[in-house]
Amino acid sequence: MAFATKLSDKETDLELCTQLAADEMEKLENLLAPAVREITIGKGEKAMILGGDEVLYRYELTYYNPTPLVIDVNDNMDEEALNERIKIIEATEFERTGEKLVLDGVAVRNVSGNKDKFAETALKLKSSKLPLVLCSLDPEAIKAALEKVGSEKPLLYAATENNIEDMASLAIEYDCPLTLFVPNDLEKMKELSRILRSKGIKDIVLDPGTYVDEGIGDTLDNFVMIRRLSIEEKDEDFRFPILGIPALTWLYEKDEVQGGIKEATIAATLMNKYADMLIIHGTNIWELIPVLTLRQSIFTDPRKPQMVDPGLYEFGELDENSPVLMTTNFALTYYTVEGDLKSGKANCYLLVLDTEGRAVDVSLAGGQQSGKSVADLIKESGIEDKVKTRTLIIPGLSAPLSGEIEDESGWEVLVGPRDSSAVSDFFIKLKEKENAK
Amino acid sequence: MDKMTQLLKLLENTDTIEINDFRMDFDELEIQLMPAVQRMVQQVAQKQAVIAKEATPTIEPFAPPVHDYPGEVAEVQLGAGTRKPVFLGGQKALYRFEEAQPNAPVVTFDVFDIPMPGLPKPIREHFEDVMEHPGEWAKKAVKDYGANMITIHLIGTGPKVMDKTPRQAAQDIEEVLQAVKVPLVIGGSGDPIKDPIVLEAAAAAAEGERCLLASANLDLDYRKVAKAAIDYNHAVLSWAITDINMQKTLNKYLMKEGLTQKDIVMDPTTCALGYGVEFSIDVITRTRLAALKGDKDLQMPMSSGTTNAWGSREAWMKKDEWGPTAYRGPIWEIITGLTMMLCGVDIFMMLHPSSVQMLKEIGNTFTRDYLTTDVPDITNWITELE
Repeated sequence: MAFATKLSDKETDLELCTQLAADEMEKLENLLAPAVREITIGKGEKAMILGGDEVLYRYELTYYNPTPLVIDVNDNMDEEALNERIKIIEATEFERTGEKLVLDGVAVRNVSGNKDKFAETALKLKSSKLPLVLCSLDPEAIKAALEKVGSEKPLLYAATENNIEDMASLAIEYDCPLTLFVPNDLEKMKELSRILRSKGIKDIVLDPGTYVDEGIGDTLDNFVMIRRLSIEEKDEDFRFPILGIPALTWLYEKDEVQGGIKEATIAATLMNKYADMLIIHGTNIWELIPVLTLRQSIFTDPRKPQMVDPGLYEFGELDENSPVLMTTNFALTYYTVEGDLKSGKANCYLLVLDTEGRAVDVSLAGGQQSGKSVADLIKESGIEDKVKTRTLIIPGLSAPLSGEIEDESGWEVLVGPRDSSAVSDFFIKLKEKENAK
Repeated sequence: MDKMTQLLKLLENTDTIEINDFRMDFDELEIQLMPAVQRMVQQVAQKQAVIAKEATPTIEPFAPPVHDYPGEVAEVQLGAGTRKPVFLGGQKALYRFEEAQPNAPVVTFDVFDIPMPGLPKPIREHFEDVMEHPGEWAKKAVKDYGANMITIHLIGTGPKVMDKTPRQAAQDIEEVLQAVKVPLVIGGSGDPIKDPIVLEAAAAAAEGERCLLASANLDLDYRKVAKAAIDYNHAVLSWAITDINMQKTLNKYLMKEGLTQKDIVMDPTTCALGYGVEFSIDVITRTRLAALKGDKDLQMPMSSGTTNAWGSREAWMKKDEWGPTAYRGPIWEIITGLTMMLCGVDIFMMLHPSSVQMLKEIGNTFTRDYLTTDVPDITNWITELE
């Protein structure tokens, strides 16, 4: 039973069970399989997982496996340019609500038309920290690259109507996941998917084509239809992750700013409607931050309230005269405040009020934040033993509560800034005032 | 995988559930099933039929997964009299591949009755020259940036802002009505006491022009707002705070006052990207699905206060390592609006011209049919991309 629980918690692997007969194994595997197949690209530390979804709408359960964001490089880049780009991809990081948001993989495109050049470039990428996607419609080029990096379990891109037999053989020989690229023709896609499946290929990624201009409507339709067929109809030919390629934006848009805005828009569109992986070309941080943030938002688990533990938190060097701030335990609010206190190198106590995970304004309206609840927090947190001051700095939005808090707690209340990014300035002004006294 | 998912997995292959040694005492019992569980139960119920089918394993050709929807979204007309009308809603299906969508999403530009010093720079620089006059501001939004509609926010009527009188508000409305021929959304200052009075005066000034009065909510005298709409032929924005039950209640109340589905637009609240957009995704998705399933209290078109995106610090805060706000801001507004659009929202209140343009480009494809657009050949994107 313990093993079974672990199994369904995805904490252990079915293969570790030695007592199962082959057919029982397959039965159990099917039982545990999600509606959309979960596929791993890369190996060990260098891996990304895509797919695994069970529902069409996140409110029904949750979405699984945040959409990997893969950046492209090509085999015409000289060594310096390639290293530079890989460095940017690996170093891109955006911290939000206590989580480090990063990019997930590298896609190398065979632009040169030369298979050896392609294989070389792939080999150079072997030393990067990220899993690989090999992009060429020429089976010879893919083969040459696989000879160098086949053991890394890259994703192959792509099998098409014209090369399906050769690509399928390579996917089987090197045991790598394979993309099926059939632009705007789901009927054909289903046919080819069945051919791949009939050869025993299980790890398939579907690319129904990404159109970035007026064709975006068709692209959305294709994505939605594939996902509906996999989840509602359990159509075996479509039960695979979907690949979107916002990078195609740059075929038509050469301006760096316009292109960046457009590519982020296309990425957001596709991520909202079921893309399980995206290939992106632009690496400007202003383009990636919104996409990374959307991913973080969509993939939070709606069943888990977004909150932190209430109580007393400490920042910097403290003494009995340190200022005392208050905020709520909504995760987004808390981490925003925490980030500002840390980056401002503040020395202060922070009282975090249990508002059942509600933001400052919402908990004010909902009554979770009240004179009484704040007074209770002051008493229970033990802050009165730590400081001799009796002044509480509350969020700007909590101003209407000042009097009530003073009455209930006996503390003096100071109304702080509306946005915690202004806390540093607030402290400086506070000091000036004290010194003036 | 968590406990709920495990349970769903097990149910998936179950035909009956037997519970032993079970006793329950209660006066009143309300059972709420997670939607996924409900669906699973239905699937189990349908299983017998499926098993019969599976006996013949023929290869089925591709067929678009089209659903039947018992309900539809009401179509709301905004603009009448001297306005050129705009239509919202009217959907009979969730996606265009199921049934043609009658109306493309509409954008209404935010204009204010005061110069709004607090607006972010990327927006100010487009409107700096006209911000003193709401009429000129509206004209520029329509002429230069192709606004379908104008939202005039009567912020200046706020007791703590300029405390403009309802009469002054009415004059501002007249100015904007004179300046442009597109339909208007009329917004108050957010003061629950004064807004209904201001909206009533504005509604009278715009009699017969079929504006959208924003808004009626449970915190203010919504009856007064509803009455003003009925008396002077306007529609009402029904605003609830990411709560589908609150939305239902408010809509019911408004209809009790004499408004019909065709006189109401809902604002289920747009939380900005990174600041709870996922809550809005859930509520808006559920609202639209409920409408198509036939819930009469939720069959109105939906509106998004996309401008909220500019409140996000990623949109406005100067920070070199995040890149220029001139790019970040518009993208933040686009993605916030776009995410709402993909969940079914019909009308967007927005600020930045390039955000509006991008949103419209995608929104306009919604009214075309599947596979009727000339798409470029992308077969060789791998080599064609720079």
